[in-house]
Formats: sequence, C-alpha cells, structure tokens
Amino acid sequence: MWPFDSKRTPLTYDTIEPGTGLAAALKLSRADIIGEVAASNLRGRGGAGFPTGTKWNLAAAARVKDGFSKYIVCNADEGEPGTFKDRVLLTDYADLVFEGMTIAARAIGAKKGILYLRGEYVYLRRHLDEVLDKRRKAGFLGEKIGGVENFSFDIEIRMGAGAYVCGEETALIESLEGHRGEPRNRPPFPVDTGFLKQPTVVNNVETLASVAAILAKGATWFKSFGTERSAGFKLFSISGDCDHPGVYEFPLGVTVTELLEKVGGRNAKAVQIGGASGICVPAADFGRKIAFEDVATGGSIIVFGPGRDMLHVAKNFMEFFVEESCGQCTPCRAGNAKLLDGIEKLETGSCSTAYLRELKALCETMQLASKCGLGQSSPNAFLSIVNNFQDEILGRATAAH
Amino acid sequence: MLVSQQQKLQEEIRALVAQHGKNRAALMPVLQELQRRYASVSDFAMQVVADEIGIHPAEVYGVVTFYAFLHHEPKGRFQVRLCQTISCDLAGKARVARQLENELGIRFGETTSDGRFSLEWASCLGMCDQGPALLVNERVYTRVTPDQVHQIIDDCRKVFGAHAAQPVHA
Repeated sequence: MWPFDSKRTPLTYDTIEPGTGLAAALKLSRADIIGEVAASNLRGRGGAGFPTGTKWNLAAAARVKDGFSKYIVCNADEGEPGTFKDRVLLTDYADLVFEGMTIAARAIGAKKGILYLRGEYVYLRRHLDEVLDKRRKAGFLGEKIGGVENFSFDIEIRMGAGAYVCGEETALIESLEGHRGEPRNRPPFPVDTGFLKQPTVVNNVETLASVAAILAKGATWFKSFGTERSAGFKLFSISGDCDHPGVYEFPLGVTVTELLEKVGGRNAKAVQIGGASGICVPAADFGRKIAFEDVATGGSIIVFGPGRDMLHVAKNFMEFFVEESCGQCTPCRAGNAKLLDGIEKLETGSCSTAYLRELKALCETMQLASKCGLGQSSPNAFLSIVNNFQDEILGRATAAH
Repeated sequence: MLVSQQQKLQEEIRALVAQHGKNRAALMPVLQELQRRYASVSDFAMQVVADEIGIHPAEVYGVVTFYAFLHHEPKGRFQVRLCQTISCDLAGKARVARQLENELGIRFGETTSDGRFSLEWASCLGMCDQGPALLVNERVYTRVTPDQVHQIIDDCRKVFGAHAAQPVHA
C-alpha cells in the first residue's frame, strides 16, 4: 500500500498469529517469561546486540521510585542511513510490536509503554493509533489484560523531531522528558534510572516483534535459526546498486555473497554494512558473515556498484555525522568536522600520507573518547573506506592540474 | 503581532499544556503541535510555553533549536525536505535538488518571499529502497524524478487562495 510499498520476501512474522505470544506469556510467571526470552539468546536488533533477557532481568530487579511505574519504551527512531525495516514492521506487523511491548511490560512489571516514533514517519501515526485503539477494545491493553489481576498496561505514541542521536537510548529518554536529545552518562543505565528516573527498558521495534514470535513458538524454535552466538532470523534493509532493493529476512550468519545473490547485486564493488556508523566491506571480503561475532548490524545494507566513487560515499557519511552530532562532547563535535575537512583535502588531491595517518589517529581518539555510540562509531565508515580504497583515494588530480 | 492574536495564541498554548500535562515531559508534544499549526515556534510562543510549564524560556529555546523539525524563525507553510543521505544520493538526488531550486526560485535553507515554501535538506528519511525521497510537511514522495518536481510543487500551490489563512497540512 502506498507509500509503504517496499518490496519484501515472505517473512517468518507472516506465520505468527497475533495474540498467541501474549496468550502464552500470560500463562507463565514473570520470571519464566524472562527465562524464555533469555533462553532464546535474542540480542537487540537495533544494532548494539545487547542480550534482551539480561536487560529485562535487570529492569525486573530494579526498584520503582516514589510509587510511579516502570516503563517500556519502543525505540522507533529508525534513523541509521539505509534502514527502513522498522517502517515495514510498523506498517504491516504493528500488532506483533505492541504485543512484544505488552509481554515486556508483564515481565518487568511496567504499567506504561511509549513508542517513540521518528518525526520522519509521522504519516504512520494514524495507522498506529488505530491499531492501539483496536487493541484497547479487544482487551489487550488497559486494565486486567487477559483477565490477569494486577496487570494493567497502556501504550502512548510520542513523536521525535528529526534528530538521529535520539536513537541512542539515553538521548531518546532525554527527548521524552522534554530536553535536548543529548546522551547521558552511563551508568546509571536506563534499566535502573530511565524515563522520569524510573527503571526503563528501551527495545528496538524488531526486538519486540521477535519477542512476540519467541513466546508464540518457543526459544528452541528461535534458536534453530542463525549461529550459536547470533541466534534467530533478522530483517535487512537493502538499498543502493542492486536489482531488487527492499526488506529481506535472513538467518544471522548469512554471508555478504549470499545476500547479494538474492538482491541481484553481483557486480558490487563494496557493501556498507550497518549504515553510516557501520563498516564498508570490499568485494574481497564478501565471504564475511553478518552476525554479532563477525560484522554486526542493525540491518542496513547499502550496495555500491562498480562505478561508484568511494570517496564521495565517505563524504556523504561524514556530512551526515557533522549534521547529526549533538555537539555535547568535543571528540565527536570537532572530530567529525575535522574528518570531513580531511575528505575535502583528499578530494582536491592535497592530502599527504602523513596527514592521512594523523586523521586515522584522530579516528581512534574519537572511538575511545566520545561520550556515546554516535561519536564512537562515526569514524568506522571513514576508516574502512580509506583503508580498503587507499589506492582510489590518494593523489587525485583536480581540474587545475 | 496584534494583541488579539497574542491572546489567541496564549489561549491555544494554555489548552495544549492542559491537554499534555503541566510538566517538562509535555514540552515536546506542545512544541510539535505549535510547529504543525504555525510552521514555526515564535519567540512569543516560546515565552508563553515556558511560563505555562514553569521553566526558563532559554530552556525552551534550547530545545527548539536542537531539533531539525522545530524552528524558531518563520518558515514556509510547506516545508519541502529532500533526503540527502547516501541511498537517495546514489539514486540521483542531486538533479531533483537542482530542479526544486529552479521551481521555487530559492536555495536550500531558504524560504520563498511569499512565505509559502521552505526548502531544506533532510537526513535519511527511511525510504532508501525507493529514493530519491521527499517529505512535504507530513506527506512522503518516493522515486522522485526531476520532471515530477513541478507537479508536486503545483499541487501544494493549489491549497493557497481562499484558504490561505488556514493552517496547511498536506
């Protein structure tokens, strides 16, 4: 349906009957729900890969302060360049996502859920509100859900306002509290001190949909997909120079080659895995696996065809980070601008190898010293492109020569 | 701004704060609604919001200037945002950008002198498989080609006329 006509292959989520996961969860004790999620080895699908069961356990054990409530926050601030699988999930599988939130609420004892929807997806708002209304009428939200005493839970939608950094969970919470989206120091972690200082679980859209699937079909079933250290299946948003861009599902551990065959990108020169904050994999390394133990990703795959100028690609990523850095810490604020400046030097063919080495050292400083994941990962694309395509990048002739 | 207009805005903000709660966590939804209605959040509006929520106006200013979708300077009724990130770039955003500038007679970051259109870059709109992507207020356009730009802008222009004084949401 317009404008959500992303091409996609059939997904495992099509086989999950909405409601079965929640029904199964309500028959279990809270500890057993968390046990099932932990046994599935599900790791955060936003890209960081934190074990979901561990996160829930910490939040379940944390104490509520001053008689308020714990919170479940669904992170729908999908802003990583090249990622759009959450848009597809929210369009076609919103019930599974809300069900995952409800299961999480039951598990940790939360009374309130918030879906933080990125401002760019404002056109999804009406659809999501309708799904929530239907769930309220069907008794899946509100008081005594599923007839369980003392289990009341409801979900509110809050909008983002065009800030990539708000995908970082503490920046997201700052934004919810009415502040600039500047990441907090961690610890304390949100599972202990989150939204309004209460224990808060922040999970990605896809993680929550997977939770509903795991409760419906069991941890063993989920673990039958993927590798030992990266259990389950995952959605990939594939764009760039390929015949069939769209949303695809693969078990974790899939190789870049397998993925490219499926989307018709066989002549690719390089593939960006994990978006702007991910790494650029050259053709020689297409045998690498997409999994937490090799190349981890939130699902963004951008294919670069044979004719693409990799310096132009690196420049686009750095412009993105200069724009999206919140400016709070110096390594990120100044570092990204310096790297972009370096790329402009490379463009005009006026960058010495010694200066390029200094820029690489700056990358390391940024990775070590930045406050949050944005600055820690923003040099990744620069480094992997410069290291793999040094031959293409150095000594460019300008019009003046 | 006329005194009567100020009073009207003040009442609107009071109603919004009453609806979302008289606390700091209500700040974003209140500002977002003002942005939607007026295409920007004026200095006067920021002062009133601060008074109503009980925080310093500098705090409100800090928030408004942080987010790309909130503005304190006047913006056009239609905010045209073209995705500048990599996938849309590979799909040919540069020519769409050029044609947008040609049709509107302004550069990126500017507003037309009649106050109808603002042209801005956006970071990844999440339409990477269907680029180049364009967001006009709350409506998204995908696979935009340079020759479609005129029609997209023209459709927006039709909204003006007798109803020009009304807030516009495409």
